[in-house]
Amino acid sequence: MQRIGAFVCWCGSNIAGTVDIDAVTKSAADEPGVVYSAEYQYMCSEGGQLAIRRAVEEHGLTGIAVCACSPRMHETTFRKTAAAAGLNPYMVEIANIREHCSWIHKNRESATEKATILMRAAIAKLNLNKPLFPGESGVVKRALVIGGGIAGIQTALDIADAGYEVDIVEKSPTIGGRMAQLDKTFPTLDCSACILTPKMVDAAQHDNISLYTYSEVDEVSGYVGSFSVKIRQKARSVNRELCNGCGDCITKCPVKKANSEFDEGLSKRSAIYVPFAQAVPNIPVVDRENCTRFKTGKCGLCEKICGTKAIDFEQQDEIIEREYGVIIVATGFKPLSPERYGEYLYGQSPDVLTSLEFERMMNAAGPTGGVLKRLSNNEKPKSIVFIQCVGSRADAKKGKTYCSKICCMYTAKHAMLVKEKYPDIDVHVFYIDVRTPGKNFDEFYRRAAEQYDVNYIKGMVGKLADEDGRLRVIASDLLDGKQITIDADLVVLATAVEASPDVRALGTMLTASMDQNNFFTEAHPKLRPVESPTAGIFLSGVCQGPKDIPETVAQAGAAAVKALGILSKNKLIGNPCIAESNELLCNGCSCCENVCPYGAIEYTEKEINDHGNRNNRRVAQVNEAICQGCGACTVACPSGSMDLKGFTNRQIMAEVDAICRT
Amino acid sequence: MQDLVKEKPFKPLVVSFCCNWCSYAGADLAGSSRLEYPAEVKIIRIPCSCRVDPLFVLRAFQRGADGVIINGCHPGDCHYSTGNYYTRRRMAMLFSMLDFIGIEKERTRLEWVSAAEGARFASVMNEFVGELREMGENKRLGDIRCKE
Ligand SMILES: Cc1cc2nc3c(=O)[nH]c(=O)nc-3n(C[C@H](O)[C@H](O)[C@H](O)COP(=O)(O)OP(=O)(O)OC[C@H]3O[C@@H](n4cnc5c(N)ncnc54)[C@H](O)[C@@H]3O)c2cc1C
Ligand code: SF4
Ligand code: SF4
Repeated sequence: MQRIGAFVCWCGSNIAGTVDIDAVTKSAADEPGVVYSAEYQYMCSEGGQLAIRRAVEEHGLTGIAVCACSPRMHETTFRKTAAAAGLNPYMVEIANIREHCSWIHKNRESATEKATILMRAAIAKLNLNKPLFPGESGVVKRALVIGGGIAGIQTALDIADAGYEVDIVEKSPTIGGRMAQLDKTFPTLDCSACILTPKMVDAAQHDNISLYTYSEVDEVSGYVGSFSVKIRQKARSVNRELCNGCGDCITKCPVKKANSEFDEGLSKRSAIYVPFAQAVPNIPVVDRENCTRFKTGKCGLCEKICGTKAIDFEQQDEIIEREYGVIIVATGFKPLSPERYGEYLYGQSPDVLTSLEFERMMNAAGPTGGVLKRLSNNEKPKSIVFIQCVGSRADAKKGKTYCSKICCMYTAKHAMLVKEKYPDIDVHVFYIDVRTPGKNFDEFYRRAAEQYDVNYIKGMVGKLADEDGRLRVIASDLLDGKQITIDADLVVLATAVEASPDVRALGTMLTASMDQNNFFTEAHPKLRPVESPTAGIFLSGVCQGPKDIPETVAQAGAAAVKALGILSKNKLIGNPCIAESNELLCNGCSCCENVCPYGAIEYTEKEINDHGNRNNRRVAQVNEAICQGCGACTVACPSGSMDLKGFTNRQIMAEVDAICRT
Repeated sequence: MQDLVKEKPFKPLVVSFCCNWCSYAGADLAGSSRLEYPAEVKIIRIPCSCRVDPLFVLRAFQRGADGVIINGCHPGDCHYSTGNYYTRRRMAMLFSMLDFIGIEKERTRLEWVSAAEGARFASVMNEFVGELREMGENKRLGDIRCKE
């Protein structure tokens, strides 16, 4: 039999103003198991906690029922109090008589009645509480970063600098991500490569960082502290150890017609290639789809020219198995393809570009050597129209419902860069709203509009028409409702930031939840923005939602700190409110295993002593380190074997009974 | 004089299961926003809506509850990824069988309430209790021996 102490909190007038504290305290004394009841002004204060500790000592209490604010507020506080008083911290139950009672009811009589019932339910449950002991598990002191854009690089550098090993898995042949493709970056207009390349090199040379480029994550198992991951390192057809990066093979390769991914298809590359000159690592990859040797069995010129014998056509994908304590997702984004919007003539006219293509065209190392031209006739454009919000802020059927956040700023950047280089070109920007929150951002946009004489038009572009080789932009001016037309030589579409749909498979592998737009979901939108709800998985960069580089880098650092919080521990203390199977009742049916979202249930063949009957049976066993305590299995279990500690069937039934006992 | 003959208004007994991550927090928000709903609603906290065994619902009715409402995170937002999908299927099954055992299925409800939807929590409770007041007492399964 428990010896329960019931403690009723006034919370100043927050509770006492509506609930008759005396009445609740008195009736608590009559509840089964209760040997002591008291009230206090502020239970959570030093004095309140001391009162609880004294009562435990003086009355030999075995359990504490606190009638106060929400357990989401002070459950931990009172558990600590219990522990300080020498009790098991799980011998505490809380009746929420503030948020769920005094704050929402005005009538003193019914509020007091309800508070009494909530108190009664908490005590009924507490009578069935058992001491619980959280499990402990070890921590593998290594982090996995998936995605090697600026987000992944920054997170990896921060973790590595703190003294822990990090592996970066990047699916393309080089790290760097989208930022490597950019020309200049807002709001300072510094060159993207100049600030990114040193970081890429730092990551490659860091003693604590290993790069797995041209690699993908194939399989993930385990849990926080000890994930086990299979990495598929795709066959480059080039031996990484032997290659010295001379590039002779690239010059020799006769295939010159493959689309360059890095230049967004605006230039061609050979079949054996490095994506761009500063790629890290500087080791070529044979694109087997375009390689003559792989297509016809002939050629092999690269193999012949290579002085270090690094070309290896027989190379196979390699599977590497590694253990990690934490995983950081940094898979970034891809710009939405505007092909689906026929009205913009993208894909039909070579003079309609996406912003990323424009970014490449403006870059001195880009497809046109940094010369702005119309791809239809190689002439310099006289007039350029930028269209913002292509696919953003649309209704769900037509595009993305969210604001992509960066397009207003990079369009202002593009407009300025054009004007800087070619002051005689007319630049028009169609916008719905200009959104430039951020340090020095609005100033940046106003500079474009005021000093650079960029023509900003609040308007919706209805369609583009090809008029004798020029592009006629037909739009409605949102300020005076009139239709306007502008003849342009070049049109640039600021397309929405979209999470690549392929990452959904990764999300499933990691059991990390994602939203309807394939962005990873954070554990709490305000208070835990860089953690995934799944323990040990962290989010860095645009994979969580649209961001510019400064924000990405800040978030990347935050994710590193959160990850370090785990890596720096020698053991992790688990949540003891997890499932437990009763081997005597279990019939090994697998119903529980089928519903467990974490794969926490395993089966073992075991000798069971069933009231003297010994036999070998297959029984369910819950892996304490994996179980998150949702309780799905407890309801699925047909034999009543599976139960959830801290929320047992009997405890919940007791609460139901107590509430219904009118 | 009139007051003496006036019947005491019917106060339905409502058990409301709330998952810890979304709907319980939603109920807390209703509280901190001081959004009123009837005191007839008594909340039981569970880790996830998928912890609600159909037996708990039946037990509540058997013990005299007039209505039972289960609240979880919105589909896709479950803290445990898929818990509320199980709840949805299980409760659909249970609710469809309730008529058969003599309980109007309108006495049960499954609602999705996020941690940010304090107002929605309060309005759902108001609406549900309102309907139960119309419907009157749960006489069929309410075990008379359980009433004092
Ligand atoms: C046209 C344009 C102009 C921009 N201009 C600016 C600017 O001027 N200033 C500014 O601050 N920001 C600018 N941005 C935004 C900037 O590009 C992003 O903030 C930044 O690139 C985000 O970095 P990230 O690492 O999160 O994502 P990414 O750069 O997308 O990197 C993600 C990386 O992960 C890899 N990856 C993806 N999936 C997997 C997988 N399953 N397994 C392994 N690896 C994977 C990708 O290959 C990639 O290397 C611009 C964006 C665009 C589109
Ligand atoms: S073998 Fe393939 S990669 Fe090598 S040179 Fe020939 S086509 Fe190019
Ligand atoms: S409680 Fe949830 S997580 Fe734990 S074993 Fe059961 S289904 Fe799996």
